[in-house]
Amino acid sequence: MAESWWVSTLARGLAFSAPLLLAALGELVAERSGVINLGVEGMMILGALAGFAAADASGDPWLGVLAAAAAGTLAALVHAFFSITLRANTYVSGLALTMVGLGLSGLLGKPFAGRPLAHPLPKLDIPGLSAIPWLGPGLFRGQSALLYLGLLAALLLWYFLYRTRGGITLRSVGENPAAADALGVNVYRVRYLATAFGGAMAGVAGAYLSVDYRPSWTEGMTAGMGWIALAIVIFAAWDPLRAVLAAFLFGAFYHLAYRFQAYLAPEFLKMTPYLFTVLFLVLSALGKSVRLGAPEALGRPYLRGERE
Amino acid sequence: MRLVPRGEAPALFVAAVSLLAVLLAFAASLVLLALYGASPWEAIAVVYRGVLADPRGFAEVLRRAVPLTLAGAGLALAFRAQFWNIGAEGQLLVGAVAASGVALFGPGEGVAKLVLMAAVAFVAGGLWAMVPAYLKARLAVNDVITTLMFNYVAIYLVEWLIHGPWKGKSVFGFAYTDRFPASAWLPLWPGTGLAWPGLVMAVVAAALLAWLLGATKLGFEVRVVGENPEAARYAGVRALSTLLQVALLSGGVAGLAGFVEVAGTHHRLLAPLQISLGYGYTAIIVAWLGRNRPLATLLTGLLIGFVFAAGDVAKVALATPFQLVQVVNGLILFFLIAAEVPIRYRVVWRPERG
Amino acid sequence: MEGAEASPPSQETPPFLELRSLTKRFPGVVANDRVDLSVRAGEVHALLGENGAGKSTLVSMLYGLLQPDGGEIRLQGRPVRIRSPRDALALGIGLVPQHFLLVKKHTVAENVALGLSGVPFLAPTRALADRLRRLGERYGLPVDPRAYVWQLSAGEQQRVEILKVLVRDVRLLILDEPTSVLTPQEARGLFAVLRRMKAEGHAVIFITHKLEEVLEVADRVTVLRRGRVVATLPVAEVDERRLARLMVGEEVALPRARRGAGRGRPRLFVEDLWVRGDRGYFAVKDVNFQVHEGEIVGLAGVAGNGQSELIEALTGLRRPARGWIRLGERDLTGHDARAFFEAGVAHVPEDRTHRGVVGSLSVAENLVLKHYRYPPFARGPVLDRRAVRAFAEEAVARYRVAAPSVATPVRLLSGGNIQKLILARELHGRPRLLVAAHPTYGLDVGATAQVRRLLLEERDRGAAVFLVSEDLEEILALSDRILVIFDGKIVAELAPDEASKERLGLLMAGVAA
Repeated sequence: MAESWWVSTLARGLAFSAPLLLAALGELVAERSGVINLGVEGMMILGALAGFAAADASGDPWLGVLAAAAAGTLAALVHAFFSITLRANTYVSGLALTMVGLGLSGLLGKPFAGRPLAHPLPKLDIPGLSAIPWLGPGLFRGQSALLYLGLLAALLLWYFLYRTRGGITLRSVGENPAAADALGVNVYRVRYLATAFGGAMAGVAGAYLSVDYRPSWTEGMTAGMGWIALAIVIFAAWDPLRAVLAAFLFGAFYHLAYRFQAYLAPEFLKMTPYLFTVLFLVLSALGKSVRLGAPEALGRPYLRGERE
Repeated sequence: MRLVPRGEAPALFVAAVSLLAVLLAFAASLVLLALYGASPWEAIAVVYRGVLADPRGFAEVLRRAVPLTLAGAGLALAFRAQFWNIGAEGQLLVGAVAASGVALFGPGEGVAKLVLMAAVAFVAGGLWAMVPAYLKARLAVNDVITTLMFNYVAIYLVEWLIHGPWKGKSVFGFAYTDRFPASAWLPLWPGTGLAWPGLVMAVVAAALLAWLLGATKLGFEVRVVGENPEAARYAGVRALSTLLQVALLSGGVAGLAGFVEVAGTHHRLLAPLQISLGYGYTAIIVAWLGRNRPLATLLTGLLIGFVFAAGDVAKVALATPFQLVQVVNGLILFFLIAAEVPIRYRVVWRPERG
Repeated sequence: MEGAEASPPSQETPPFLELRSLTKRFPGVVANDRVDLSVRAGEVHALLGENGAGKSTLVSMLYGLLQPDGGEIRLQGRPVRIRSPRDALALGIGLVPQHFLLVKKHTVAENVALGLSGVPFLAPTRALADRLRRLGERYGLPVDPRAYVWQLSAGEQQRVEILKVLVRDVRLLILDEPTSVLTPQEARGLFAVLRRMKAEGHAVIFITHKLEEVLEVADRVTVLRRGRVVATLPVAEVDERRLARLMVGEEVALPRARRGAGRGRPRLFVEDLWVRGDRGYFAVKDVNFQVHEGEIVGLAGVAGNGQSELIEALTGLRRPARGWIRLGERDLTGHDARAFFEAGVAHVPEDRTHRGVVGSLSVAENLVLKHYRYPPFARGPVLDRRAVRAFAEEAVARYRVAAPSVATPVRLLSGGNIQKLILARELHGRPRLLVAAHPTYGLDVGATAQVRRLLLEERDRGAAVFLVSEDLEEILALSDRILVIFDGKIVAELAPDEASKERLGLLMAGVAA
């Protein structure tokens, strides 16, 4: 039936999109301040491990989420230190973070491999809302609390970016840090905070994987999702609400590919997210308008008084 | 205290600072090792005995250095053009696929077959890199992400082949193709596992790419495009053509690395993680440590090859996991970019004034 | 040191701002050498000097963007340390920079609200709109708070910069070369604003290299030359000649066009040309003109009226939407930069450091930036480095490019030397058309004279020269014919003796004269 097909696509698509959305929102904030962090994959995997370890040891999955956020934040601060304070090559710093993150998590995660989490995050059923036809069962039944966290975060971020003084500051630092500096804004502090927020969200995204979606720990379990999140930020033109749409589209397509697995070898199925990402980027590039472009100062370290 | 941009740092200073960075990374790794529970002193002893003092062990360093240098020299060229080719891993794998295809099903015997394998590996790797390069030049699509995505596509391509159409007839729990016929094996240096034609290829490639960058029109264009794409356009340099050539060369040599791995070491196509232990990603460090100079990658490839070989030896002797290698490599990268600071800036202490 | 304070300030009230022996050194040069300056409240104080005299460095120190190496700054008698723009603003010092620091993608209100305390956290722009309107009326600076900055003209953007500063209750306003983007009429409007500020009790520092502005609006003037204060005088006591001599130190006659041998056949044909800008609208609209051999055609216009897009179309950097560009017999419409170059079009670009040279490459490599492809610099795929070096050494000597060697990275050269290098490169091979965009912008008098001379020599050699400049002096001095561009259209064509700055200013502002 059409409805059940749609419902399952909605449900599975949303579930798959949750970690992408969380990580993308975090990176979006960082990039809006002008800092590009290619270490999202590393932060996510460290978050996944920290989340699993804390949840496993304490029996409380939410403690895991908190630990994951902390791990992600710490990792992000390393990148922030290199990129913002030392003004080193920001791309290489992010790559190094991913390498160290993957290696370190593989190293430290050995004792945790292969066993399921005893108390994962519970799936939620919202009684009243799940009765809404077409939307209800997909959106409000059997989803993770972290998905709702992500959707709420998107809304709050949208409001923050466009309707508050803090949002003006953040966006200005990313577009023209010299202008912000000339008006007394502490560009470095803004960028540090934005990058740290990106790390926290990436960590939570990782926790979603190890504490909720697949409550276990496997080396490399993020499987490139951090990179897909980076692509989503571009496709969403650095806008939080578009990021929701982009993440969902991604999840939905991936689910649809899964549904057609009778026609496709499993390996080709696994390729689809990555091919979709390239497709997404090409579509963004074709449909670009100047107003929705990248923050002007993205990826360029700021040094007061330096005439580029 | 302030940071003031420096003019030109003398080459010796740059080399010294880079070396210091590597040593600090090693020191940090030893600390990590101690925290993990192994003895750093034992580790140093084991590595010395197994890798530096033993000629067979040193041949292992060279064996690792070959794909690292091949891919690294290509990446040095790519990075000079600001083509952020993170896809050497995938280019290496498709090179391996192409070479394996010829080895298993293709014509020819002996040297001719090996040359054909190398050629298709080069072309395959080159094409794999040219698609992201085209998207970058034409549509300004982010090359970091596209080259990276292609890595994953390559990985699953290999997986499909070894589980599906190219699955070997004699498998016991592992998936791989049949062994290549003997005519498709690269000769080894006697007494070692090192395929010496690979070593020759690495040296020739590094030298050729260095010459290209310094002495040819293409090399000039690469440096102009890489430094200032706007000025490049103004100067009449055609960015699309330049980037495509760079991609072909960079991806091509990575493909050659794949060829060396399957024809020299494994003699079959196997699981991606066994063909390339992250050589493609690590080659980024090889290039970066060499300041994106192809000739320098001969040295830096050797150094990182040493890290891999040391990791191998430590795994056997001390039961340390191999992921340690990845951590060490990442730390080297971090210390390297920290080293950028004293190279690019001077520290100025403001004198106290009344 | 010539001159003296007009009337000694009364002992009870120290001047609002006082600089004592302020010094700033950079590697190889002393940008400010023991500078003394005093500015009173209710005064417009001009800081005059040619490019490179140290004016901007001084101002950067006043605004916390640079730290002094010696001397002190006193505000109302108290010595202060200005470590950052935040300190400067807290002390009541505001800067209207020459190159605007605005976020183009944001609205006027968002730009003003940036970093502003006293505005609510939620929906700050709504609260600010009212304040902006009132301030605008008081000082004569009308703006629409909801307009996006990229939609505004340069003059309007400058109003936003001024409002940014006024809304923060500053007592000292510094304006850095504010008229460089204004028509003469807009400049007069700005001076009226400055007089209002004076009346409101602000202290104003007005930085310029234009003598007539000093005489028109300032109360006192301090002249800087090579980092040192040469004189501080009341404006009532000086005239243009005296100021010019103080500013430059000797009489330098800038070359003026002597009527040449007369022009030859038309060489550049621009017909029905329409070119789109970056944001999709038409920046160049239905433009028709020709440039003959042996003539200099000058294009006057305020920045942002389509000059950049026109230049890009004429040099292969932007494809026209409609129309034709022909050089002699060849149709070059829509071809790329290489084709234009091969057809004999030389381009001295507006943005010399970012477009005209590649900073990390050497002087020699930059000199063959366009020629490397052809013999004698290349044989097959390989470059002939010896030929390159020989050419470079000869060019550097002929054009007097000051550089330690031809292997020096170009980014270490001064602006004037970079421009000379660009000219050396572009003029090699005897171009048929030379397109020069703001060629003397930011150069000191010596370099300016040399560049002007080179342009005249090219014209006398028979090249067609298309000169685009915001410097009306230069247009009047060099052109055989003057075109005026406004809103993407050519609105007038004049002979230089028909044109005056007044008339040009009106045409540039779109007023039919």
